[in-house]
Amino acid sequence: MSARKYKERAIEGIFLSFALVSLVALFFIMLFLFQKGLPIFRVIGPLEFLFGKSWYPTYEPPEFGILPLIMGSLFITVGAILVAIPLGVTSAIYLAEIAHPWIREWVKPTIELLAGIPSVIYGFFGLIVLAPWIQDLFNLPTGLTALTASLLLGIMAAPTVISISEDALNSVPASYREASLALGATRWQTTIKVVLPAALSGISTACILGMARAIEETMAVLMVAGGATLIPTSFLQPVRPLTATIIAEMGEAIHGSPHFHALFAIGMVLFFITLGLNLLADFLTHRFKEAGSGTL
Amino acid sequence: MLRNNAWSKVRVTVSIIFLILLGFSPLGLGKGKTIAIRGSTTVLPIAQRLAERYHHLHPEVSISVSGGGSGVGIKALLDGMVDVANASRPMKTKEWKIAEKKGIKPHEQIIAKDGIAVVVHPTNPISELTMTQIKEIYAGRIDNWSHLGGPDHKIVVVSRESASGTYECFYKIVMKKEKVTPAAILQAANAGVLNTVAQTEGAIGYIGLGYISEKVKPLKINGCYPTPDAVRRGIYPISRPLFMYTRGEPKGAVADFINFVLSPEGQRIVQEEGFVPIRPTK
Repeated sequence: MSARKYKERAIEGIFLSFALVSLVALFFIMLFLFQKGLPIFRVIGPLEFLFGKSWYPTYEPPEFGILPLIMGSLFITVGAILVAIPLGVTSAIYLAEIAHPWIREWVKPTIELLAGIPSVIYGFFGLIVLAPWIQDLFNLPTGLTALTASLLLGIMAAPTVISISEDALNSVPASYREASLALGATRWQTTIKVVLPAALSGISTACILGMARAIEETMAVLMVAGGATLIPTSFLQPVRPLTATIIAEMGEAIHGSPHFHALFAIGMVLFFITLGLNLLADFLTHRFKEAGSGTL
Repeated sequence: MLRNNAWSKVRVTVSIIFLILLGFSPLGLGKGKTIAIRGSTTVLPIAQRLAERYHHLHPEVSISVSGGGSGVGIKALLDGMVDVANASRPMKTKEWKIAEKKGIKPHEQIIAKDGIAVVVHPTNPISELTMTQIKEIYAGRIDNWSHLGGPDHKIVVVSRESASGTYECFYKIVMKKEKVTPAAILQAANAGVLNTVAQTEGAIGYIGLGYISEKVKPLKINGCYPTPDAVRRGIYPISRPLFMYTRGEPKGAVADFINFVLSPEGQRIVQEEGFVPIRPTK
């Protein structure tokens, strides 16, 4: 019997160490990121870095202002969310509340498949189909704009929003619906006034995670956003998000140069943005718990 | 149940032995030499073909070629991870200093030259610009084709990411180190610039000679079309050397490979890939 217990312990230990691997990995990634990123602040102040208006990392003297890049990411992310939330939440409502089970059985895996398509394929689609279409539609000099990237990212983030929202809607207890219907409410009223509010925390989480998905995306935005380092004033301009800057410039930057450190510092900024979004998602999950039990 | 357990133990042992053998196999087979090459994406297509051909001629030498960018290649060379670094720009002072600190004397070998063509959309009636006009366009001071005698169409400036070797060459020779307008569209590769210009009526871009195709229209600069011949004769103004760096004077298999690159056969491959040979091809 004690041998059995010993074995049990050993197995527990093995699983614990596997679980710790990701924590340790995260720790080392952070360490590395900060070690490579922080030296930039010997060259330029943090405020000047965050709010500087021009990004000329290889010019003499170099300029490392990432405000245009932050604004680029912000424009694209806000745009993507405006596409992904209506698309995602309505699809989730349809799937969870309205769709016939066999339709759901077909549609849901298809949507999840959408999340598995490599982003370079989305980027290619954006470049070949979406960009020329936007260019013609608005009669622009170029179709590589914040709007193009937003539409594409909206489509890319939608599976995340749909999948998590649908889980949230499904976890609303059947008793809520039954009670509402028994009181004479229509199916529409039940969905909008009972089920949706009950699942609100899960849906907000879905939206925040969708947003994180959009802000992290790299390859597709590099291909379709245009990449101009102007501070954008409209969705019809080319923009350069943070992620695209890192991927475009890292390969050729001189190791150990201020430019190299600046790219890592951009990584730090992205790290804090995603950390913030994840904390927000976590907070929302707990904050609205009282509103109903349709949480995740 | 017990028998089952015993069996699975045998199976596990056998697969572990198999995996170990598999892990050692490259060492076991690797009686010949290996050369690792990394660096510039511009040089990558030439390096790949040279490596394939060289391996064909010398099957005992296996060569691995990867891209990543000039900076990545030089870093890998200085860290001792590769034997050859491809670069589309010369090593920077900072990189020479790192090498010195590590006690390495990198050996620089020019293997080819590349011209940079300025291209526009095929429907653009303009067929020739001066270096000054191109500079004014990229600085953002000329923003409509009508200022250059073309149609009333906004100029869409397409540029490369500011760390690329192609950008650097353009920046030095055409821009004379003046800033490219921040409104310029960024593409991370020659092919990206090519496609953007091909798709955009008002666009202007710059690409390596090897990437010119009928989808775009190369411009005459100072009366000269961007051809390998014009680059070799030095009449086309925008050109740059391409490099292979080694740790110290190349020795052994690496030296033999570099010699192959500079041989008539190697230089013919350079030419076929659309670049300009620096040694005779016959």
